[in-house]
Amino acid sequence: MDNTLFKQYQQMLKKEKRFVRLYQLIILLLFFGGWELLSRLEWIDRLIFSSPTHVWHTFIEKVSDGSLTLHVGVTLMETVIGFIAGTLLGTFIAILLWWSPLLSKILDPYLVILNAMPKVALGPILIVALGPGYFSIIAMGALISIIITTIVVYTAFKGVDPNYSKVLQTFGATRWQIFQEVVLPASFPTIISTLKVNVGLSWVGVIVGEFLVASKGLGYLIIYGFQVFNFNLVLMSLLIIAFFATIMYQVVELIEKSVIKNNG
Amino acid sequence: MEFLQLENIHHSYFSSTQAKEVLRDISLAIREGEFVSFIGPSGCGKTTLLSIMAGLFPSTEGKVYIDGEELSPHNQSSIGYMLQQDYLFPWKTIEENVTIGLKIMERSNHKHKVTANALLQEVGLPHVGTNYPRELSGGMRQRVALARTLAVNPKILLLDEPFSALDYQSKLKLEDLVVETLKTYRKTAILVTHDIGEAIAMSERVFLFSANPGTLHKVFEIPEALRELSPFDVRQHPTYADVFQIIWKELESLG
Repeated sequence: MDNTLFKQYQQMLKKEKRFVRLYQLIILLLFFGGWELLSRLEWIDRLIFSSPTHVWHTFIEKVSDGSLTLHVGVTLMETVIGFIAGTLLGTFIAILLWWSPLLSKILDPYLVILNAMPKVALGPILIVALGPGYFSIIAMGALISIIITTIVVYTAFKGVDPNYSKVLQTFGATRWQIFQEVVLPASFPTIISTLKVNVGLSWVGVIVGEFLVASKGLGYLIIYGFQVFNFNLVLMSLLIIAFFATIMYQVVELIEKSVIKNNG
Repeated sequence: MEFLQLENIHHSYFSSTQAKEVLRDISLAIREGEFVSFIGPSGCGKTTLLSIMAGLFPSTEGKVYIDGEELSPHNQSSIGYMLQQDYLFPWKTIEENVTIGLKIMERSNHKHKVTANALLQEVGLPHVGTNYPRELSGGMRQRVALARTLAVNPKILLLDEPFSALDYQSKLKLEDLVVETLKTYRKTAILVTHDIGEAIAMSERVFLFSANPGTLHKVFEIPEALRELSPFDVRQHPTYADVFQIIWKELESLG
């Protein structure tokens, strides 16, 4: 009896999953189909909004002349490095603040100011200071996520139940041991969730950086396409960015699953 | 010299607006292998006193001697402290949780497994070493916490209401286990509790504290007949109710 009920339940779950997938697919098809149709009927301006087939042709063309791989490679490299640098530096500053409560009191107002400030506005200054090249774009990708990482991770460090630290203190643990054994592992879930936010932020930083200065990369393609009024190029770049940003996000989620598994 | 001795302990907490005196002139001595309880109304500074004995922070005035040595920040490894909840680390296995104290004190690595298994056996949980804390019940987790405390072979055990978060049945079972285990290892122990019954059932002497500021009000000797019995059996003994009444009246008189 139990067995048949369980089987029914499993079947119901499967059915629901298929239902969800079906509708997700329908939305995707409607979007691209509708776009293509509206464009062919000339209900929307073809020059500005292009159409999926045109974007596809541009894609094939750019892949076959090898230029797309270069642009995608450059942007991906900048984003991944910016993302990792931003997260690591932000976490490192959070550790310093945790280590020295006095330092955290002193720096508190500056963190608030830096957090409130729109980091992309620093773009021109970065380019002047670091030179127009990969380095200032990577710096942009990192800078945009450092402060928010610092604030969120530091808050997580402070939020760890002091009784866990007390347990180790009774064994005579040093501050560093308490950090390694309690504070850091207890904060892993928060650190991972900032990773998810930082993936998005790093893309913003890098694309804006490329808008400003680059001669390679997807951000450059968008600006270039805009300047020569080639919106096939702009839309293709956008779709590629969406694709890779999603992949990065999924990778972070995979990491999250493997780290959090035993943290519950 | 007694095994554990407190001399004229005073302690005050300071905040930006006030200084609050929590302990005033506490002197007491505990023999080796003795089991004593601290009871008293809330705000009598029991937990503060325990923290001072554990070396978590120094008292504003006074001295603590353990086995003839003065307690200082460099010399605190001889104390085991058990908290109200188990505070097992959820990301570590039971075995890693039990040996965390040894790891902190950097004792030789290969012995850990043997110690962990022996201790888990001792607290009646022989097969859970590779499990994670969330897979265990509250009572089991507190038993693991006991094993963790015993792992570093402390000279004195400080038990800060370790049964208060448990259901009644688990609490009674754990009381018996703690008393039996401590007898086997001949450990000195101090139990802080709100529960007069628990104090009578487990200890040889009961220290009653009064509040605001915390002072040592009175010491009760538990009759010889009760000391021999397990905590569970003490509660069934005819003299248990008399002792309970005496301590209850004294506690009431404190207001």
